[in-house]
Amino acid sequence: MAYKKYVEMIVQYTEDGNIVPLAVRWAPGELYEIDRVTDIRPCASMKAGGAGIRYTCMVQGHEKYIWLEENRWFVEAKGDKLNTEQDAG
Amino acid sequence: MERVILHSDCNSFYASVECLHHPEIRNKPVAVGGDVEQRHGIILAKNQLAKKYNVKTGEALWEAKRKCPDLVIVPPHYHLYERFSRMARKIYMDYTDQVEPFGLDECWLDVTGSAIKGDGMAIAKEINNRIKYELGITVSIGVSYNKIFAKLGSDYKKPDAITPILKNNFKEIVWPLPAADLLYVGRSTERKLTSYGIHTIGDLATTQEKYLQDWFGKWGEVLHSFSNGLDLSPVATFDNQPVIKSIGNSTTTPRDLTTDEDVKIIFYVLADSVARRLREQGFKGRIVSISVRDNELSSFTRQHALGKYTNITSEIAQEGTRLFVANYRWQRPIRSIGISISDLVSDTTPTQTDLFFDEISRERRERLDTATDWLKHRFGTSTVQPAVLLADRELSGFDPKRDHTIHPVGYF
Repeated sequence: MAYKKYVEMIVQYTEDGNIVPLAVRWAPGELYEIDRVTDIRPCASMKAGGAGIRYTCMVQGHEKYIWLEENRWFVEAKGDKLNTEQDAG
Repeated sequence: MERVILHSDCNSFYASVECLHHPEIRNKPVAVGGDVEQRHGIILAKNQLAKKYNVKTGEALWEAKRKCPDLVIVPPHYHLYERFSRMARKIYMDYTDQVEPFGLDECWLDVTGSAIKGDGMAIAKEINNRIKYELGITVSIGVSYNKIFAKLGSDYKKPDAITPILKNNFKEIVWPLPAADLLYVGRSTERKLTSYGIHTIGDLATTQEKYLQDWFGKWGEVLHSFSNGLDLSPVATFDNQPVIKSIGNSTTTPRDLTTDEDVKIIFYVLADSVARRLREQGFKGRIVSISVRDNELSSFTRQHALGKYTNITSEIAQEGTRLFVANYRWQRPIRSIGISISDLVSDTTPTQTDLFFDEISRERRERLDTATDWLKHRFGTSTVQPAVLLADRELSGFDPKRDHTIHPVGYF
């Protein structure tokens, strides 16, 4: 079972208004650099339960989806949602 | 030239958006319901599984629970529905600028000039796929040559379906449908039609127009043209903001109302929201209408034209209260009431004063409203209130302006 996990991001705003994700903090102490963004498109996440702009990111040779939903970023995290991570919305 | 019009309808819109956001309830019967504590305890929307249990929109939560004990009832999240509505419209706008919303979950699209994207069916398929992929919910789309049949097409097969209704097949698809499926055939029109032996849209279409005119006046012509696919009304362009014809608020009260004083309190709360919205939009209005529904759910409306255009809170509240007192004999306690104002003009329209009216005190009340608007904007609606609201905090403790952002619209 996957769950929706909001994550902290380091992003770059380009002068023409585009957003380039640079790094994602997957968990405390786990900051991963994003090597390349291969695709950007509007997309829903049925697994995590949400919809927004999906960035396909290469992280250490793995392809990872990260969504920008309004002003928050989320990922489809593996495992069960912890009780402490109840999402607000 | 024959038009190509789509009507796209998000299936079980509120429930679908909730199910997308809560994967754990997706395979359960789900309904979106109002707040039980505040007695808005009715079903607003339900998913396909709940439909199988015959759960109906508008019924009380306890009724639905009795039909389907496992029903998961979630509270509504209007900001989410508005966001998904915007996202859907953004997709429609990729195909045409003639996108006319009908509520949050439905839109007409005129794609006559969009041949570069394919014919009507191809565009409908692409939209259907994109909504599924990008929004994670499904739509039903009707494809036709007029708005009325396009809408019937989107209702014909649900969920996640596309139905073409064209000149060569509309008699087989549309005509066997019950007359009540037609836009603007409500309960009373349906009753009247039944009494004339008209049951289906086909019956209606083949009835001579002059009979319909005799029975329904100008609506007869409309029904005749709707049922024969002759409706020519255009799909509005999206930036063509519909002209606001009236502004109103209504509420189901936290407890049944039993006295004129109770009603007065509610009218003051509602009129405050209505008048503030009038002033925000730069309008004044002249016709005050009230709607009243008692605890056995029978309802009535009354309206009255004021002598002058107004946006003064107290004038609107007083007129509403006066209309109510003059028209209700307290046969039963009241469950919900509403007030609205129409015949709107711009608030810069010059007004005729008269010798026997104290125009100066009116201007002072207008300035008072402007001042309290500013305070309420900064510090919240309950900052400054008429004393009558203090008589019963339980009744007056709601904010229609903040809480109710969904305003239904009409076809004409």
